[in-house]
Amino acid sequence: MATIAAIIASTHHPFYFRTSQLPPDEQPPFAPEWIRKVEQFRETLTVARPDLLVLVGSDHFHQLWLDNMPQFLVGNAPVYDANWYNEEREFALPKMKMVGNTDLSRHLLRSGLDDGFDLAFSNELRLDHSVTCPIITLRPQNDLPVVPIYTNIFAPPLPQPSRFVALGAALRRWVESWESDLRVAIIGTGHLSLELGGPLQFGPHGPSPEFDAQAVDWIANSKISEALQGVSLESLALPGNATHGFMDFLLMMGAVGESVRADYVDTYDLFHTMEAYFTWYPKEVPL
Amino acid sequence: MSKYVLNKFLYTVDRDPALVERYREDPVELVDWWRQSLAPQILNCHEIEASTWIDLTSQEYHALVHHDYRALFALGAHPFLTLTLFIALFERDYDEPLGFQLAYAAGLEEWKGLPYPDIST
Repeated sequence: MATIAAIIASTHHPFYFRTSQLPPDEQPPFAPEWIRKVEQFRETLTVARPDLLVLVGSDHFHQLWLDNMPQFLVGNAPVYDANWYNEEREFALPKMKMVGNTDLSRHLLRSGLDDGFDLAFSNELRLDHSVTCPIITLRPQNDLPVVPIYTNIFAPPLPQPSRFVALGAALRRWVESWESDLRVAIIGTGHLSLELGGPLQFGPHGPSPEFDAQAVDWIANSKISEALQGVSLESLALPGNATHGFMDFLLMMGAVGESVRADYVDTYDLFHTMEAYFTWYPKEVPL
Repeated sequence: MSKYVLNKFLYTVDRDPALVERYREDPVELVDWWRQSLAPQILNCHEIEASTWIDLTSQEYHALVHHDYRALFALGAHPFLTLTLFIALFERDYDEPLGFQLAYAAGLEEWKGLPYPDIST
């Protein structure tokens, strides 16, 4: 059976790539420390020696659209092109290409459909920065096959927070039941408090430092029950109108399990939003 | 008509570099063209299967031809779609990094502390 080499949860900040590419004399003051933190975070994946990455993210109205919106979707393609014109335009993200693993995609789909999750699938999926940001930060050589999973955190009606937790827990079971010798890292990206297109956007910090501090504590200690008691679809709109991206962190907490302290925790208070990086290593798996 | 149609405008224009430029230069021309061409097209379907009922209301039309993101916000257009397209339209006119984004936020100041418009479609 496949081995879970690491579970990683992270914010995704589309400006990181451009910032990291600037010559030192053109970098903003916050850049060197940001780059140092990301490179240190990257090492937590490298030491886990993964063979394959399951990438959990959320399409930002690129391919998935309101005429036909899935709540949870598994990529089922042998190859994924990635990044879109408007991401190149706004964030200077490069066009990318990733190799898939349709054996695992089909296993996840079959397992989900047999286990109470009516997952959608796509055989031709162009990925966006929710999935490519962690490649850029954690695996810039982009040398591993991936299986992407998209969640709907953008287009209401959204699934309940508890459903994200349940999917994360199930996802781990499905990966662990995959007949393979490969070491799989499950990597999910979301947001802490975040405002996009509203009056609180692009402030000197995330729109709610209070929510961010609470959320980091929930995630770092995988306090699932406490987090589920502390948030609802309605309350997640209050710290910032895009804070529903926190539910992708809940999904990763579901994969980790209740009250498991992360082996690696780091944060960085940036303009616009707080960065947060978490890595867990299943204790029974040697590094 | 519905928030969906507004969102469809923002989505279909934002993803096409040529349409972004046409919308910046001549919003009336672009919005009028869009109502006739892209609005009724069911995405991912052949044009012969076009919608028979999709259109903008006069209020929505007015907001779009005036590049009025405040009105779009109040109408419940998805704020991520509006922001992304408007950055493409106007960020270039500001010298400071994030200058446009901060001006955009200031323009919505009246919503601070209030429940935002419902964006569900």
